[in-house]
Amino acid sequence: MLRLEKLAKTYKTGDQALQAVDIEIPESQVLALIGPSGAGKSTLIRCINRLVEPTSGKVYLGDTELTRLSSGGLRRERRRMGMIFQEYALVERLTVMENVLSGRLGYVGFWRSFMRKFPQSDVDEAFRLLDRVDLAHMADKRADELSGGQRQRIGICRALIQNPALLLVDEPTASLDPKTSRQIMRLICELCRERRLAAIINIHDVALAQMFVQRVIGLRLGSVEFDGPPSGLTPEVLTSIYGEEDWEATIETVDDDDVATQ
Amino acid sequence: MMPTQDLAGSKIWQRRSGRESLFHWILWLLGIAIFAYCWQQISAATTWFFVWDAPRIADDIWTRATPPKWEYITQLGKPIWDTFNIATLGTIFALILAVPVAFLAARNTTPSRLFIRPVALLIIVSTRSINSLIWALLLIAIIGPGVFSGVVAIAIRSIGFCAKLLYEAIEEIDATQVEAISATGASRWQVMAYGIVPQVLPAFAGIAVFRWDINIRESTVLGLVGAGGIGLQLSSSLNVLAWPQVSLILLVILVAVVISEWVSAKVRGAII
Repeated sequence: MLRLEKLAKTYKTGDQALQAVDIEIPESQVLALIGPSGAGKSTLIRCINRLVEPTSGKVYLGDTELTRLSSGGLRRERRRMGMIFQEYALVERLTVMENVLSGRLGYVGFWRSFMRKFPQSDVDEAFRLLDRVDLAHMADKRADELSGGQRQRIGICRALIQNPALLLVDEPTASLDPKTSRQIMRLICELCRERRLAAIINIHDVALAQMFVQRVIGLRLGSVEFDGPPSGLTPEVLTSIYGEEDWEATIETVDDDDVATQ
Repeated sequence: MMPTQDLAGSKIWQRRSGRESLFHWILWLLGIAIFAYCWQQISAATTWFFVWDAPRIADDIWTRATPPKWEYITQLGKPIWDTFNIATLGTIFALILAVPVAFLAARNTTPSRLFIRPVALLIIVSTRSINSLIWALLLIAIIGPGVFSGVVAIAIRSIGFCAKLLYEAIEEIDATQVEAISATGASRWQVMAYGIVPQVLPAFAGIAVFRWDINIRESTVLGLVGAGGIGLQLSSSLNVLAWPQVSLILLVILVAVVISEWVSAKVRGAII
């Protein structure tokens, strides 16, 4: 479904954020990307929808080579990739409804979007999604009136209303408390299962990743260090990704009842 | 030499090292010498008789100017209304022109940093650096005396001011909100309308009322050179030494400025 071939990114400053990364993701697989800060996790997902232009290598979404597309073609393909951000990245001064509907911008012409005249089917879908994340009563609130967890759920709605095939998720829980973090991760994974979406989730909380995903990739200094099931994350593997540390506590925090609810 | 020195095992910290503080003292000495020299020059070029005479003249004008000629107020309604219109229309025209200039000048929205941005910055600098009174003088020569020259003078003078503040606001927006809108597949204009405009709207409204408030004050003097408004009355009253009229005009200007400050403070308070 998504295939990265020798994807590399070197920033103008000379930092090699990614070095020839090869990853292939089948339909509807949820994958966690772990690694220390600066390992290139954010760069990797931004290179997929080309918010960051990769230096070399190829990205295929289905049969389309994203790295070769013109700006018009890229816009069309971006509609198939929903993105969820660390600090939610909602437009603070717009209402919840406007934020959700902004996920449809790729499908609607400029004047219709400017006059906020979205097709009724889009509005219906927005209400359905808001209802799904229990925020339908918030539709007319301004985005900056919501709490962190609520904002992130709006961010999820905005990504899903694009009707994507793939979700790119950048540290969805980094600004949230532990309980809300689990709820958000559970919501994302449930929605992926319901809609048979593939997802790449950047996350630095290893225990949280282990709870919810089928596959984990560990990045270190811009290259893949580990690729396997969550159960394969032994202390030795974590040491190879993050460096020397006592890992037993981290792995043990995987809560039994949380795993059972999956 | 660093401020922290190691002397006999104990670390001594001073704000400046020895050489730095010496340099500092020399700078102060130089400044005082320049000040003293300038004082002497100005003093030599002043006709002190007029200065000593100033309090008496001021007192004389004060007695002539009070009480203000209250019945003259009937002739000031139209001019102050003109002044108000010059400021308001000038501000509106300036904003219409400043918005595109600001977007072309902001680093994160300009189509070309190498070619278009410098042009936009040149427009900002050149319109800002010339006073509206001078613009008015030029425009009176070009389009003739009257209110319209005043409006255009105010508008031109304000473009640079508004565009500069606005482009700084554009450069300070949160880039991830823009990123999020781009990631949905939105077009360039949609990114502008959804990602950038909502973020700069409060700044825009604040700039607009702030500049309008300044323009009320600037347009009161435009009449001095013949560009319409209450300044015209002021200049003709001054010419015939009608001091009671002058004092009334100054009072009217004061009231107008206080009102405009009050309005702009209220509006800005409501936005922020």
